[in-house]
Amino acid sequence: MYRYDEFDHAFVKARTAEFADQVDRRLAGDLTEDQFKPLRLMNGVYLQLHAYMLRIAIPYGTLSSKQLRMLAHIARTYDKGYGHFTTRQNLQFNWPALGDIPQILEDLASVEMHALQTSGNCIRNVTADHFAGAAADEVADPRPYAEILRQWSSVHPEFSFLPRKFKIAVTGAERDRAAIQVHDIGLHLKRNEAGELGFAVYVGGGQGRTPMVAKKVRDFLPEADLLTYSTAILRVYNLNGRRDNKYKARIKILVHETGTEELTRQIEAEFAEIRNGELKLPQADIDAIERYFAPPELPARPHSDDVRDPAFVSWLAHNVNPHRSPDYASVTISLKGIGEVPGDASDAQMDAIADLAEELAFDEIRVSHEQNLILPHVARADLKTVYDRLAGIGLATANAGLVTDIIACPGLDYCALANARSISVAQEISTRFGSQSRQEEIGELKLKISGCINACGHHHVGHIGILGVEKKGTELYQITLGGSGDENTSIGEIVGRGFTAGEITDAIETVVDTYLAHRTDRQETFLAAYRRLGAAPFKHALYGAEAKAA
Amino acid sequence: MKIVTANRLIDGEAVWLAADHGWVETIDGAEIARDVATEEKLERAGKAAICKNEVVDLALVDIDLVEGRIVPKRLRERIRAAGPTNRLDLGKQARKGVRIAA
Repeated sequence: MYRYDEFDHAFVKARTAEFADQVDRRLAGDLTEDQFKPLRLMNGVYLQLHAYMLRIAIPYGTLSSKQLRMLAHIARTYDKGYGHFTTRQNLQFNWPALGDIPQILEDLASVEMHALQTSGNCIRNVTADHFAGAAADEVADPRPYAEILRQWSSVHPEFSFLPRKFKIAVTGAERDRAAIQVHDIGLHLKRNEAGELGFAVYVGGGQGRTPMVAKKVRDFLPEADLLTYSTAILRVYNLNGRRDNKYKARIKILVHETGTEELTRQIEAEFAEIRNGELKLPQADIDAIERYFAPPELPARPHSDDVRDPAFVSWLAHNVNPHRSPDYASVTISLKGIGEVPGDASDAQMDAIADLAEELAFDEIRVSHEQNLILPHVARADLKTVYDRLAGIGLATANAGLVTDIIACPGLDYCALANARSISVAQEISTRFGSQSRQEEIGELKLKISGCINACGHHHVGHIGILGVEKKGTELYQITLGGSGDENTSIGEIVGRGFTAGEITDAIETVVDTYLAHRTDRQETFLAAYRRLGAAPFKHALYGAEAKAA
Repeated sequence: MKIVTANRLIDGEAVWLAADHGWVETIDGAEIARDVATEEKLERAGKAAICKNEVVDLALVDIDLVEGRIVPKRLRERIRAAGPTNRLDLGKQARKGVRIAA
């Protein structure tokens, strides 16, 4: 894992002290809310329906046990005993008092964490494949590059006041688990024919009210040019991005309005100017950062899977991912217990997971953008022990990738921007499909729910997406089908009129039953079936004669 | 009919403007504006509290009176008044003696 050097420590300490002073001045009345709001947002502090909300950065989703224990401590001491892991691999506390936040930030700094750039029109937390450094299908660990980007983008003087927020995601495998094509910049780490490392570069993806799939602007960018090319992209965006209209200010709109070819030309022209400047990465610097992410030594651990317990067998099938070392595996800790709140973990659960990681998983935990936690390196010989201990804290649900592994934003139960509740819909659908055998019969199905068009719940890329809106004072839920956030990214299509909160679970069941009735066999996933069939049978099942008339 | 709501500066707590122009933590204590003149008077009092750094995010909220109790027309405001609908152990609804407005 990356460890702060002297500069990092001094930087975070200074920023923490600066914000503590700003909070003091606000509480003393020396700063107005208009003056204070942009300052608090730069430090991850929002005002939501019931209280302030603090969003803490978890760079590329990587945590140590010590850091997770600190998050548990903060939940217990300053909040209401739980935290919410988000689709940006961050953690949110929903109830902190403004007066406590400086102390929370000091506590975070003591374990090399902060909340900087988790809001505002700047480069946000860089996200990465949650199996990075462990996955069997990985070309190389993307996290050193994410860390290089983090260092470069932290309080970057040129890019702290962009037209709008800016999100970067990195993957090191062909199978995209980081949803890079729905980010402002998506980086796919790969090797060229000469065996050199570099990136396919995608620009202009995003969700929100105008969802777009990113366009590839470079098939292979040498790793040494990562920062120069990123700078070129940001400069073109910073200069030409729409500042006159918040809803058209993301780079995806610039790409769309300019055209990929012309935008690529502009990026390449800027890149040519700065390519051999100070931002070119010396191999020694890349190597130095890579050393922080050196994989743990993994001694041979012969194993034989205990297959007597059927619940354990299900968990092995769904929550265990192949590791580059055959004696090891990566474990998905589902934060999607049946009927539970997606992404929430209690302080006790966080402490228990920290203990587990320390004892049996080389002291490392990851946060996935699908709102689960990951133990990236677990000896297969220890899987039964890990499973039993997770079961003991209610976190051994065997549903990773299944219909109840639902992404949901906080929605109207917490969020000031939301128009409809997400959590309660997720809980009801989870309960309806909670039977293990039924979920396994349905197979892989990604269901994602957002409580407003900002799409924090990634509904646009859900195989089944649900968007909550408010119509005439009532929550209404639109269904989209066929979305996907992987290497074959697609934006889901709206199937028709929305459903009320009382109708939406039945409607989802109709969609799932239609899939089961039409699939060629169990091997054909929901997404594959939808891509073969199109929307027609689903519309017919949902709307009957009304669909035909349309 | 309308009431005035805001969030308390120091802790973000949802609060409502009472008849004495103080801020109360439960919606039942809110002063109801039944005409434009009262609305304006309450709003002025709310803005004065913003200037004094007591509260932020001031808003006028449409309400109904149901069996004598204040019930906001929008679900958003009903949830603010009660707490998260998925966690009845949190928010104002979890407090002893507080009735749920949602």
